[in-house]
Amino acid sequence: MEQTPMEQTPLIEFKDIHKIYTIGDTELHVVDGVSFKIYKGEFVAIVGQSGSGKSTCMNIIGCLDKPSTGAYYLSGEDVSDMNDDALAEVRNKMIGFVFQQYNLLPKLTVKENVEVSMQYAGVSKKERTERSLKVLERVGLSTKLKSHPNQLSGGQQQRVSIARALAGDPSVILADEPTGALDSKTGIRVLELLQELHREGNTIVLITHDNAIAKKAERMIRLEDGKVVFDDAAEHYVHEERDDEGEEEDDE
Amino acid sequence: MKLTETFQLALKNILSSKVRALLTMLGIIIGVGAVIIIVGLGNGLKNYMTESFESMGTNLLTVNLMGRGNSSSRTVSIDDMYQLVYDNPEYLAAVSPTVSVSGTVKVGTETLSSTTVSGVGEDYDDMNRNGIASGRFIQFIDIDKYKKVCVVGSYISNEYFSGNAVGETLKINGTKYTIVGVLDEVASSEEGDSDDVIYLPYSVAQKISYTGRVSSYTFEVASDDVVSDAKTLIEDKLYSVYGSENYYRVTSMSEILDTMTSMVNIVVLVLSAIAAISLVVGGIGIMNIMLVSVSERTKEIGIRKSLGAKQRNILTQFVIEAATTSAMGGLLGIAFGFIVSEVATRVIASMTEYDITVAPSIDSVLLAFGISASIGVLFGYLPAKKAAKLNPIDALRYE
Repeated sequence: MEQTPMEQTPLIEFKDIHKIYTIGDTELHVVDGVSFKIYKGEFVAIVGQSGSGKSTCMNIIGCLDKPSTGAYYLSGEDVSDMNDDALAEVRNKMIGFVFQQYNLLPKLTVKENVEVSMQYAGVSKKERTERSLKVLERVGLSTKLKSHPNQLSGGQQQRVSIARALAGDPSVILADEPTGALDSKTGIRVLELLQELHREGNTIVLITHDNAIAKKAERMIRLEDGKVVFDDAAEHYVHEERDDEGEEEDDE
Repeated sequence: MKLTETFQLALKNILSSKVRALLTMLGIIIGVGAVIIIVGLGNGLKNYMTESFESMGTNLLTVNLMGRGNSSSRTVSIDDMYQLVYDNPEYLAAVSPTVSVSGTVKVGTETLSSTTVSGVGEDYDDMNRNGIASGRFIQFIDIDKYKKVCVVGSYISNEYFSGNAVGETLKINGTKYTIVGVLDEVASSEEGDSDDVIYLPYSVAQKISYTGRVSSYTFEVASDDVVSDAKTLIEDKLYSVYGSENYYRVTSMSEILDTMTSMVNIVVLVLSAIAAISLVVGGIGIMNIMLVSVSERTKEIGIRKSLGAKQRNILTQFVIEAATTSAMGGLLGIAFGFIVSEVATRVIASMTEYDITVAPSIDSVLLAFGISASIGVLFGYLPAKKAAKLNPIDALRYE
C-alpha cells in the first residue's frame, strides 16, 4: 500500500458520471456528476442513505448499468459505451459480486455455484475444480462442497458467495450490503473475512448505508443526493451526530 | 459454457420437476406415438396386401367379360384365347378360363356351404404357383373328355377326408365327382378361405353353370417387364371382337396392388398429418411452460448475467432445455408408439383372421424424433429470447 497511487492507472475511474431517469416530465438526477478514482489494492466503502445514488453507482461500477453521461474507465478501458455482451464479458473477467441476499443458485451445490462464472469464462473442468476447492478452503467451507445453499446458514451462504466472487480471480470485489441480511455477530465475521482478503491484495469496494460498517474500510466515499460529499481515509470521517437508528433501511 | 454442460444443466432442471416435465411433454408423446402407430399400421397393411397378392402371382392378368348381353353371340371363344397365347409367346405364357359354379357341394350327407367351386384349365395351378400335395391337378384329357373329376383344397381334404381325399368322391348339385388331387395349403386351412376350394375341368363347369359362358380368363404374362404390353395385346384382341371398351375389363394384379398401396399411402399421410397437429399443440405447450419457467427463473437469469453470462449463453440454455424436453417427449412417444404397435398386432391377430403386423418404420421413428426436437427449438426460441434480453439489474431485483 506504500506505492504512490498517482503513477498507476486507476482500476476504477469515474469521470463526471451522471445517471438521469425521466419520469413523466421531470428528470431525476440519481447520480449527479460523480468523479473518483479507485486504485488496485484499495478497500473503499461507498456509503450513503437511501436515494443517495450509491446503488446506481454500484450498478455502474459492476457494469450492470451504463451512465447517462460521463465516462467510466475500468483498468484504463472505457466501458461506458459497451454493448450488453461486452459488458457481460467484463463482469465475468473483472468483477466479483457479493450480494446482500447472497444470490446463490438454489439447485446447484456449493461447488457448482462457485464454478458458474468460470463455466462462462470457458475454464476447463479440471482447473475449475482446483480453483473452486482453493477458494472454498480459503473461506473455510471445504467440507460443504456437496451441500445445497438451503442447507447452509446465512453466514455460510455469504461465504460461498464470497468464494464465488473470488473464484474468477477478479480485479475488484464488489460487495453490496454484504452484512445486510446477517445478524451483527455473523456480519462482523464476514467483514473480517473481507478485510483479510484485502490484506491479501484484493481490491474491495463495499457499498453500505451503515457508517459503522463503512469505517471498516480504508477509505470512504460518501454520497448524498447523487453527489460526493466526502472522499478520504475512513478514520478521518467525523461522524455527524445524526440519528442513524431512524435511518430508512435501504435494500438496493 | 460448453454445449454438453448446457445439456447437463437442462437435464438437471427438467428432472427437478418431473411431473411438470411429463405434462409438458404429453402433447409431443401423443403426437409422436400416433404418427408411429399410424405409419406402422399403414406398413402392416401394405405388407399384408403385397404378400397376399404375391401369393396369387403379380404376373397375372385377369380378363372379365361382361358381354353384350345374353342375346348377343358376339363373344370370344376359349380357343381364341388359347390361340392368342400361342401366337404371342414373348408376352403371354399361359391362359386358363375361369367358370364360376354356384351349387351345393356335399360330402356324404354333409353340405359344404362356404366352398368356392370353379372350373379352370390345366395350367391354372401352375399359374397361381400352387403345388399339389397329393394326386394330380386337372389335365387336358379331363377337359376334353368332360370327366367328372375335381381337385380340392387342403381344408376339404383335412376336414372331410382326414387328409386322404384322393380317390374319394363328393357331390356337386347331385352329381358325383372323383377327387384326383389335393392342393398344397395356401392359407390357413379354414372354412371359407383359399383352402376351401374345388376346381373342376372348365368344360364340365360350363355345363353345370347357369349361363354356360366363360366369364373370365386368367393369363400368365411371360415376364414382369411386359405386363403392360401383354395387357394392351389382350385389350386389342378383345376390342376387335366387341368394338367397345365397355364389355370387358383387363386387370393386372400388380396394377391393383399399386392402386391399393397408393390408396393406403394417402390414408396414412392424411392420418399422420392429423396426428402431427398434436405435435404443434405439444410445441405450444412447451412454449407456454418455458415462458412460465423464464418468469420463475428471472432471478436465476439475473444472477447468471451478473456472473458473466452473455445473451447467447442464456438463449442457448433455454433453447436447449426446451429442445431436451421435447426430444425426451419424442423418445417417450417412440416407446409409446412401439408398445401400442406391439399390442395392436396381437389384438388384430386375436380379434380378426388377418395377420397384420403393425410395423413402425425406422424412417418414421427418425422423422418423429427429428420433428419433436425441432419443435422444441422452434417453440423454445421465443421464451429463450425473452430470457436472454432481460436487463440484469431488473432480473436481480426480481423476487
